[in-house]
This record gives sequence, C-alpha cells and structure tokens, in this order.
Amino acid sequence: MKGASSLTALGLLLFIVACKPETNHNQAVFMLIDTSGTYARETAKAHLVVNYLLGTLDPGDTLAVGRVKSRSFSEKDIVAKVSLGRDPLAANSQKRAFSEQIAGFAKATKGAKGSQYTDITGGVIQAAEFLNESQAGRKTIVIFSDMQEELDYKTVRDFPIRLDGIRVVALNVTKLDSDNVDPRRYIDRLEWWEKRARTAGASDWKIVNDMEHLDRIFKKKG
Amino acid sequence: MSLLESLFIWPNRPLPSLLVLLVLLMPFLYAAREPMHALFKSVCRSIANPLRLGARWLADTGLRLRNRNREVLFAHGSHEVKLTIEREFEHVTMLVQRDLEGYPVLQRKLMDEITRVEEDYKKSAEVPPPPPEWVKAIESIAKIKASGDGVVERILSDIRDSLDDIYQKIVAEYRGAFQERHHILKGFLPFWRSVSQTLTQVDRNITSLQNSAAKIDANVVKLENIAARGNDVANILATSATTQFFVAGLVMLIAFGGAYVNFKLIALPMSAMVGGGDYITENLQASEVAALVIILFETLMGLFLMETLRFTSLFPLGNITEKMRRRLMWASLSILLVLAGVEVALAVMRDMIIAADVALKQQLGAAAGAVKAEAGWVTRIPTFGQMILGFTLPFALAFVAIPLEYFINSGRTVLGAGLEMMLRGLAFLLRLGANLVIGAGKLSIMLYDVFIFVPLAIERWVISFRETAARRNKLRAVPPLKRAAGSEEAL
Repeated sequence: MKGASSLTALGLLLFIVACKPETNHNQAVFMLIDTSGTYARETAKAHLVVNYLLGTLDPGDTLAVGRVKSRSFSEKDIVAKVSLGRDPLAANSQKRAFSEQIAGFAKATKGAKGSQYTDITGGVIQAAEFLNESQAGRKTIVIFSDMQEELDYKTVRDFPIRLDGIRVVALNVTKLDSDNVDPRRYIDRLEWWEKRARTAGASDWKIVNDMEHLDRIFKKKG
Repeated sequence: MSLLESLFIWPNRPLPSLLVLLVLLMPFLYAAREPMHALFKSVCRSIANPLRLGARWLADTGLRLRNRNREVLFAHGSHEVKLTIEREFEHVTMLVQRDLEGYPVLQRKLMDEITRVEEDYKKSAEVPPPPPEWVKAIESIAKIKASGDGVVERILSDIRDSLDDIYQKIVAEYRGAFQERHHILKGFLPFWRSVSQTLTQVDRNITSLQNSAAKIDANVVKLENIAARGNDVANILATSATTQFFVAGLVMLIAFGGAYVNFKLIALPMSAMVGGGDYITENLQASEVAALVIILFETLMGLFLMETLRFTSLFPLGNITEKMRRRLMWASLSILLVLAGVEVALAVMRDMIIAADVALKQQLGAAAGAVKAEAGWVTRIPTFGQMILGFTLPFALAFVAIPLEYFINSGRTVLGAGLEMMLRGLAFLLRLGANLVIGAGKLSIMLYDVFIFVPLAIERWVISFRETAARRNKLRAVPPLKRAAGSEEAL
C-alpha cells in the first residue's frame, strides 16, 4: 500500500510535469549559397558546411539549401530540402541522401558560370517563407555569400522584409577587391545587412568567417 | 533633516541639545513613569504569553508524538518479532513434518536392522559340534604302546590313519565355520553404518529443533520485553530502525545508480520507438519519458514479484487466495521477463543507432578527408555487454522492493523521531524567545528609570526626609520624663 502510494505520487508528479505547455524544440535551417560571379567557386566549402549542419540536426529537424542568383525569390531555387523523420536510423539515411544531393549540386556549380547579379534579399525572403511554414521552434537562415547584393534595374527589393524570430548567420563573407582598397566598404556593407536583419525582426545576427569553428554558432545537442 | 535633528535647539551641537531635551523631558517622563512601566510590562506579556503558549503546545504535541512514536515502534517491533517466531515455528513444523512424521518408519527400520544384526550375531556365535564320543575311545586305543605284534601294529596304524583323516576333516570344518562367521560379521558393517547414519540424522534433527526452540525462547523473551514497554527496549528498537533506515537508504542509492544506467541504456533506442525530437516538457523528451516508464514498470513488477513471493508485505495481499497469489507471481514474472527481453532488443537497437551515426559522420567527414575506422570483433563486445546489462538490470531492480520496504518502515520511526526533535527544538526556541522578551521588558524599565534618575533621586530624598521627619515627630510625641508641679492632679 505504501509502495503504491509512492508510485502514485510519482505518477502525479509526472502528470503535472507533462501537463506543462509543450515547447517546439525542432529547428529549421535554410542555407543560401551564393552562386553568382566568382563566388560560385566557393560551393565546395558550402558542401562542407552542409555536412556539418547535417551532423548537428536531430530527428524532426528541417534543412533546406537554396541558391542565390540574379533573382532568387522562387521555389525553383531551392536545391534540396529535407524534414528528418522521427526514427534516428531513417533520419541518418535521409541525411546521407541529402549530402549526396548537395555534392552533386556543388559539382555542377563548380564548373558552371556564375550568375550576373546577386539577389540576396529575394533568397532571404524565400528562406523566411520556408522557415515560417516549417513551424519549427528555432529558425536559422545561413547566408553563404560575400553579402554584396547586385540587382538588375527591373528587380525590386528595396522594401521592408519580415524575419520575426529568425536567426541570421552570414558565413564565409569574403572580401572583395574593392573592400581591400577601402575596408570601410566591407564594414559598412555588413553593418547595413545587420541593421536590415534586425529591423526586419531577426532574433540574432552573426558573422562567421572562421570555417574551422562552426561549433560556436551551431552547437550540437546531446 | 531628521525628526530628531529638527528638535535640536542648537543644530550644530547635538550633544548639548540632546542633554537639554532630556532635561526638559525629564519631568514629563517622571510623571508618566507608572503608566510607562505598565505599558512595558503589558507589551512584554502580550508578546511572551503567546510564545509560551506556543512553546507549551509544541512541547505537548512533541510529547504526544513521542508516545505515538513509541506505540508505533513497539507495534512494529512486536510485529517483526512475531514474524520471526512464526518463521521459526514454520521451520519447526517443517522439521517435525519432514523428519519426525517419518519417525515410526525410521524406528521400524532401526528395529529391523537391529534384529538382523542380532540374528547375524547369534549365527556368528554358533560353534561347530564337538568331536563324537568314540573319538575318546580311539584316543585310548591310540595310547596303547607298540608291543611288536604285527596285527596290533597294523590295527594301531589303521586307527592312527583314521584319526588323522578325522582330524583333518574336523579342522577343515572348523576353519569353514570360522570363515562363515567372519563373513557374517563382515556383513554387519553396512548395517552398522546405516544405523549410525540414521542416528546421526536423528541427532541433527534434534539439534536443529533445539536451536529453533532456543531462538523461539529468545524471541519470546524479546516479545515480553516489548510488551513491558521498557525504555531500554525502545532505545534498542529505535537504534535498530535508524540503522535499517540508513542501510536501506544506501542500498536504494545503489539501486538508483543501476536504474540510471538502465535509463541511459534505453533512452536513445526508445527514440526509434516513440520518435526522436518530441518533447513533452521544456527539457524532457518523449523517448526519455518512455524509458522512465519502462524502468518504473520493471520496478513495479519487481515489487509485485517480491510481494507474491512473500519477501515483502507492502501491499495488503492477505485477503487473496493462494491460487491467485501464484497467478499474480507468474504474471509479474512473465511481464518482467518480457520487459527484460525488450531491453535486450533496445540494447541491440542502441548499438545499431550509434553505429549508423558513426558511419554517417565518417561519410560526411570523408569530404574533408576523414579516415574510416575499422570495425573489428572487439567493437562488438560493448553490444554484448549492453545486452547482458539490459537483461539483468530489470531483475536486479526487482530486488529494490526489499530495501524499499525496510526504508519505508524504518522511515516512519526515523521521521517521527526527527519531527519530535524538531517540535522540541521549536518549543525550546519559543520559550527562549519568551524569556528574552520578558528580560528585554525588565531592561527597558530599568533604562527608563536611568533616564529619569534625577527626579527619582529627588523622590528618594523627599521620601527619606519625610520618613526622618515622621520618625522625629514620633519621638517628640513620647511624654516627658520630668513631671511638672501638681502632676499628681494631672494624673
């Protein structure tokens, strides 16, 4: 009887704990890979980043890779996407297939000519849409680019965007030749993007150029 | 500027200002002395009385709790001793049923063996019949001396030969008879051994019975002491309960360690069953809860198993039939076996998940030139280890029921003693507080009098002056010793 009462108390405790509001712990990551101009040569590095990201994802998480080209606000620019299953073994198979898909993309992009213009804003809007649809608890946009946006005269991107609750990480932001002439251009460019992201409601903004320490940004759970 | 500073006559000279204020206040303070003393006393009483009341209530409650604890302690102790006596009686009953019930058979066996031994002994005592009477006659003839007569010589020679033959025959018969007796005596040995073993067994049973009787006697004495409700017995029982509490707590701590290892073993593979990445609470995954539930179920089945095996008595199973008890036992054992099997499967699954994860990481890292590690037979050892652990830990957890029962039973005594000590400590603190308040009241009255020492000194001086004057007046009222003229008339 005493044992039963102890177990009942434990059960009640578990029930009370279980009745708390559920928190979504899943994360969704959208990685934008710049394929414009000379930056298209960096896709091999992007593949490594994708592999690293795959290693940090858990069952139930979502990952998508999109490319940045002259106009990037299109579903066609999503190179690959995956929502990992709940079964860890199945999730591993999905990760393996995704990595192979990105390897194929990197191989194809490496030899191809880069696009003339760079529509980063369009890619970011597309990524935000995708992430909001995923309804994940943590949403991240990884922009693998030099962050130099160049648009043709017809493309309109100078309007406020919404990035509520989304973390934005700029990866491998290489310096252009003009940045070397005047570093203020580089600094101003990054500041402009940070201001734009924060104004849009982004929860965080980070720049990572040291590809050896991605763990500082993407901490693996467990 | 504070209120006190605003009262200063000379704001820059606080001490003289305070002194002047005191002097000015002194007459008023003196006038209000009696009511102020009454106020101090009243305040102190209004604080100290509830404190004392609380202290008394706590002390009474502590006393009641102590009596209740003693009752529980004695009841628990007598229950334990009664159980021990019951077990000893069961042992005695078993001995009596097993051994003494078969005593008539044993006695018959012994009697048979003894009869047989006696018969054999009698047989061995039989001697060969003595030589016939005519042998003496022949012996007499044989003593006749040879006289040289040929006929006589031949007769004597024949007689000697016949005697020799007879002698040989008799000696052979005699030896045969002895051999037969030796053979019979040799046949005694197994019977003697059997008799000896039987008697040893009887002796052992009797000794065991004597031991049980001695234990029962000792426990009965213990029970009598408990019934007498002496302080010594209460102390012994309390000490025993405290020791049991700590020992059971230690064992349960070890069991918790085992349960934690078990939890870690099955939490990861459970994600393959209930889905990984699902969170029930902020930090608690569904797979972890599922693993916890499995461990709790194992513990529960262990509790039932131990209960039905009569190792513990946590649940009131006294009202169910023996058949139902046996069914419950088999049911809980079966569920425990199934859960242990599930854990073995989960251990294998865990190994598979980890291996797949390692393989994926190797593949993902291959782009960066990672070297693929070779998987040999050594890497399979942890898998077998996990499987063995997965199977054995549920059964090991089942034994938690025994220390749990001791922990709960002795916990009542230890908790009661702790509560009693706490109540007494609180009562002491409240009493101390009440005394401190009363002391503070007396100190306040004395301090008040110190502040108005000047009027008090004047009062004392006035009183003493009055007393002196009154004494002087009293002395004057005594009639003079010298009598005036005509005093007789006056008298």
